[in-house]
Amino acid sequence: MNIHEYQAKELFGQYQIPVPKGVMVDSVSEAEKAIKTHPLFQGANGQVFAVKAQIHAGGRGKAGGVKITKEISQIPEIVAGLLGKVLVTHQTGPEGRQVGKVWIEEGSRIEKEFYLGMVVDRNSRRVSLIASTEGGMEIEEVAQKHPERIFHLSIDPCEGYSAHIGRRLFYFLGLPAETQPSFVKLVGDLVRFFHEKDASMVEINPLVLTADKTLVALDAKVGFDDNAIYRQPITKVLRDLAEENPLEIEASKYNLNYVKLDGNIACMVNGAGLAMATMDVIALAGGSPANFLDVGGGASKDTVEQAFRLILSDPHVKGIFVNIFGGIVRCERIAGGIIAAAQDVKINVPLVVRLQGTNAAEGREMLRASGLDIEVAEELFEGAEKAVLAVKKGGK
Amino acid sequence: MSILVDRSTKVIVQGITGKEGSYHAGACRDYGTHVVGGVTPGKGGTTHEGFPVWNSVHEAVEAENPDVSLIFVPPAFAADAVLESIAAEIPLIVCITEGIPVLDMVRVRRLLDAKNDEGSVIRLIGPNCPGIITPDGAKIGIMPGYIHKRGKVGVVSRSGTLTYEAVWQLTQLGLGESTCVGIGGDPVRGLNFIDVLALFENDPETEAVVMIGEIGGEDEEKAAAFAKCHMKKPVVGFIAGQTAPPGRRMGHAGAIVSGGQGTAKDKMKALEGMGVTVVQNPSMIGQTVLEVLKRS
Repeated sequence: MNIHEYQAKELFGQYQIPVPKGVMVDSVSEAEKAIKTHPLFQGANGQVFAVKAQIHAGGRGKAGGVKITKEISQIPEIVAGLLGKVLVTHQTGPEGRQVGKVWIEEGSRIEKEFYLGMVVDRNSRRVSLIASTEGGMEIEEVAQKHPERIFHLSIDPCEGYSAHIGRRLFYFLGLPAETQPSFVKLVGDLVRFFHEKDASMVEINPLVLTADKTLVALDAKVGFDDNAIYRQPITKVLRDLAEENPLEIEASKYNLNYVKLDGNIACMVNGAGLAMATMDVIALAGGSPANFLDVGGGASKDTVEQAFRLILSDPHVKGIFVNIFGGIVRCERIAGGIIAAAQDVKINVPLVVRLQGTNAAEGREMLRASGLDIEVAEELFEGAEKAVLAVKKGGK
Repeated sequence: MSILVDRSTKVIVQGITGKEGSYHAGACRDYGTHVVGGVTPGKGGTTHEGFPVWNSVHEAVEAENPDVSLIFVPPAFAADAVLESIAAEIPLIVCITEGIPVLDMVRVRRLLDAKNDEGSVIRLIGPNCPGIITPDGAKIGIMPGYIHKRGKVGVVSRSGTLTYEAVWQLTQLGLGESTCVGIGGDPVRGLNFIDVLALFENDPETEAVVMIGEIGGEDEEKAAAFAKCHMKKPVVGFIAGQTAPPGRRMGHAGAIVSGGQGTAKDKMKALEGMGVTVVQNPSMIGQTVLEVLKRS
């Protein structure tokens, strides 16, 4: 789960990580009110302010989502220009993201920009700190062009953070001597934040050295571990549903694992690996998958019914391929669910069901005997081909 | 022969009185696995579905000295359950639980490595995996037993149901499986592809290996490099997620293409470059193994 820059900065503030002062607005009238009443703007005429669109994607600057001004009176106008705007960046996909919130912050006098990040590194199986002298650039780009300008340091979970870790990053970055204590503390605070909040990714890009030799997190990106949300109540408050696909929000209510794609053959599968493979097979058979959908191990009739409703609320869907290999979920239970759901939900596109595994023969027989318009398949590729063919014929 | 488990393997189930633990302890026993009992704190001394229950893994070790602990404990308590089995020096720990916070697993893996550095030999399979099965020997996990047939192909996979798919094909073609290991879909886990490939290479019964990977990380690439240098037996590989969009987690916590790294295309290319026979169509896994075995 990702959060906005302004939320990440607020959390950083709670951990004494230095961030610029700012204010979040989600309407022009709020911006007008803020410049009149918020202490940030009082007596600050002529100072630099950054007005930043808040979306869950990087590359906002290039897409026109960040504006700089010295005229406080212009801020509401800039906010008006950003709110509602659709930003297309390399991380949003071609459809872009609509701006619903804007963060206005005091400008910083930048002397040099650095990169500081943290991730769970699957290779070392530890939390890793990543530092680079190339702040303000995409770290992936730096990794390709100048890998020697990136420093990785993994943290031993039994040791935790120690000042020597911060000092190694400090010397790598070549920061001025007087910033050593504050930098070492900043890294320590970041490590503490990462662990206490179950983050999965943190990025300060850029971390800025100001003209008066202080350090400031000029941007902040935080992702949380979805598996740890149960013990991080704050994530409930921070989640911005406007940033998520409405179908995916609906899916999460029913514990369905759903990712919307661009194709027209919907699939419903038990198990994430098989769900991915089913998408791949649909593509191999000449079709295009409309979604990833893992109905999980404990799929009940209700779950299957919700899955159908979900799939069918995507207007692009022209056919459905249900692919179940029964392990925990026995096939006759799935078949029962499919029959009950198909009776309740109006399925107006071709439906192909492929059942295999525990009690598959019984499940298939139940489907055939149901009197419903379901095409039954035994093998994976056979099922995908049937679905592709049905969609090509134009369905019912 | 087979790897890691066979008919003589003694198994306890942590979380045996829970819904999943209870069902699968019974299903494993029905398959013929030597399940000697289970652990649920607070229910020690009772009997559950005919299984003796202990309060702790240590008590179970004193009573039965099991070879394997199969874990069905909910995510919030699963890391502790694995650590308990590590402390009790259970040689093989199989953790089925899905949804364990990754920082918990970072800690578990670190402590497991430390224990092994001190001279213990403790292996962890999972978490977020279907378990391990040696057909006609021991089923220690949640896979449907009847789709398996004892034979000559070793299977190692990050997926659950997709593994069943491959196994089904191997069984239908009469090849059968020596042992199938689901290493799990989480980014930080116990045994990895390389560890299991090494075991299969040394198992006389295994003649070929099927490796089923998916998007995210570089474990498949590392495994292919290992196979090229250290294996004589042929490896057939499939990578799920050719159509997965970047930056999205596809169900499994570890199945995500991030920063352009870990795509199915790159993995397949790397595998081919290392001499692994890569299957594009998952329906063809069994058939490909058959052809590869004919050739070798």
